[in-house]
Amino acid sequence: MAGIVTSRLHAAPDRTSALTEPRPVRWALTGVALAFLVLFLFIPLVAVFTEGLKKGWEAYLAALVEPDALAAVRLTLLTAAVAVPLNTAFGVAAAWCLAKFRFPGRSILLTLIDLPFAVSPVIAGMVFVLLFGTQGWFGGWLFDHDVKIVFAVPGIVLATTFVTFPFVARELIPLMQEQGPEEEEAARVLGASGWQIFWRVTLPNIKWGLLYGVILCNARAMGEFGAVSVVSGHIRGLTNTLPLHIEILYNEYNFAAAFAVASPLALLGLVTLVAKTAVEWCQARELARGAGAS
Amino acid sequence: MSRAAGAAGRGAGGGGGGPPGLAAPLRRCLPGRGRAGGFWEATLAPRVLAAYRVSLVTSLVAASLNAVFGLLVAWVLVRYRFPGRRVVDALVDLPFALPTAVAGIALTTLYAENGWLGARLAPLGIKVSYTTLGITVALVFIGLPFVVRTLQPVLQDLEAEIEEAAASLGATRWQTFRRVLLPALLPALLTGFALAFARAIGEYGSVVFISGNMPMRTEIAPLLIMTKLEQFDYAGATAIAVVLLLMSFALLLCINVLQWWSRRQAA
Repeated sequence: MAGIVTSRLHAAPDRTSALTEPRPVRWALTGVALAFLVLFLFIPLVAVFTEGLKKGWEAYLAALVEPDALAAVRLTLLTAAVAVPLNTAFGVAAAWCLAKFRFPGRSILLTLIDLPFAVSPVIAGMVFVLLFGTQGWFGGWLFDHDVKIVFAVPGIVLATTFVTFPFVARELIPLMQEQGPEEEEAARVLGASGWQIFWRVTLPNIKWGLLYGVILCNARAMGEFGAVSVVSGHIRGLTNTLPLHIEILYNEYNFAAAFAVASPLALLGLVTLVAKTAVEWCQARELARGAGAS
Repeated sequence: MSRAAGAAGRGAGGGGGGPPGLAAPLRRCLPGRGRAGGFWEATLAPRVLAAYRVSLVTSLVAASLNAVFGLLVAWVLVRYRFPGRRVVDALVDLPFALPTAVAGIALTTLYAENGWLGARLAPLGIKVSYTTLGITVALVFIGLPFVVRTLQPVLQDLEAEIEEAAASLGATRWQTFRRVLLPALLPALLTGFALAFARAIGEYGSVVFISGNMPMRTEIAPLLIMTKLEQFDYAGATAIAVVLLLMSFALLLCINVLQWWSRRQAA
């Protein structure tokens, strides 16, 4: 799903009066669209920060440096530090195979990559409970060897990795498909080895798409809620990620603290949006330079 | 499994009750408790059926609203120029980037009866938080970028010639939109609708706060799975999950057919 989500916003073409709407209609449509976006996107975003600061800066900072909150931050960072590199490596490899080669089972692999998008996060988490829980398929063996996965950190990392699995691959597949295998073939003819082709030809070509894929994957890894909620067991200070910590605070009617803890995550979301815009801008500039050179 | 036990699992009504997950590791000491009988018993219990209905109806309404407003937003972003257009375009992706739990608590607080928006709606007799309307609001938030981002490239690539032809043949702008542009946009619009719908059915994080989670009334299917898992009723949870998965796969199939159709129409 993320593949179709990249937007290209060229300058709106100049249209003659026969091909556009009368000015009042244009203004009315723009007004309604903007009002809708302000109501549904902008106001909730602003609310996170205003609610977080409702009890003043001191309470805001206190909520952020409280031991349970810090433990949640540490676990969230740890989870992202495992899930993001794994999915980056996998995403590049999968996109490379799918975009540059034709092989039997290709469309099955494509569908499998999209699977975490199609499945409810709650179901994704449930699968891990069914596999590794005490009554699960591998539960007995894990219990005998004293390995804890569900209601412990490994389960959280596994569930997060599963849910954020498609982001890098989905960002790269359309990009690599568009570029085609010609440049790699030229490098091969000129005598480059496989690694040289990857580092010198493929990677420079996809660097912006890859960067955005990693940023998006990271934002989702740190913000994942449903799947992690199923496998975490909600043990304070031990298996609570930031989003789960927010839930606990909110359900305890500690609203200001909940929003204070939510604000770094909202900030991360904003950074992700800015990064996306910047990456698109760099990509467009590179395309324009390439077109100018040829 | 009894419905009373289920109702106790999640705080019924109000702000969602205490942190129910805390008890989960402790309840592992009681294996086998509350195991449901057959698959059909688990999938067709009244509370489960009510959860499907809430999930389906709110998702359908939200996806329809997204289709209408998503088309409008995509149209305005592609065709008109106004100050801040690029900022607005970037903001459309916010629901992808903002963690669902953060969106959930923000919407709940805004639309609660003492909230910034809820306080303005209350005199009109409109209650949003802890009702199905609230669930719909959260699902509209989650689904919007799917429709906008699916439509934008298609709108961008529409040839100006067909509109010129329509205009030179004497069509008004509305006629051109209805008879020429809308048919060309339809496959993408339906794809966006289906993507938003599929996402809405499985959505959990943003809905669980605003829904109030009252069994039979504002309990969505993914939440019921969660409740059953917390009661160690794995058979019951799996049965609901299977039904949800079948819906997702049916929608995936629809989306693939729609994309094939739109490619054929573009060719």
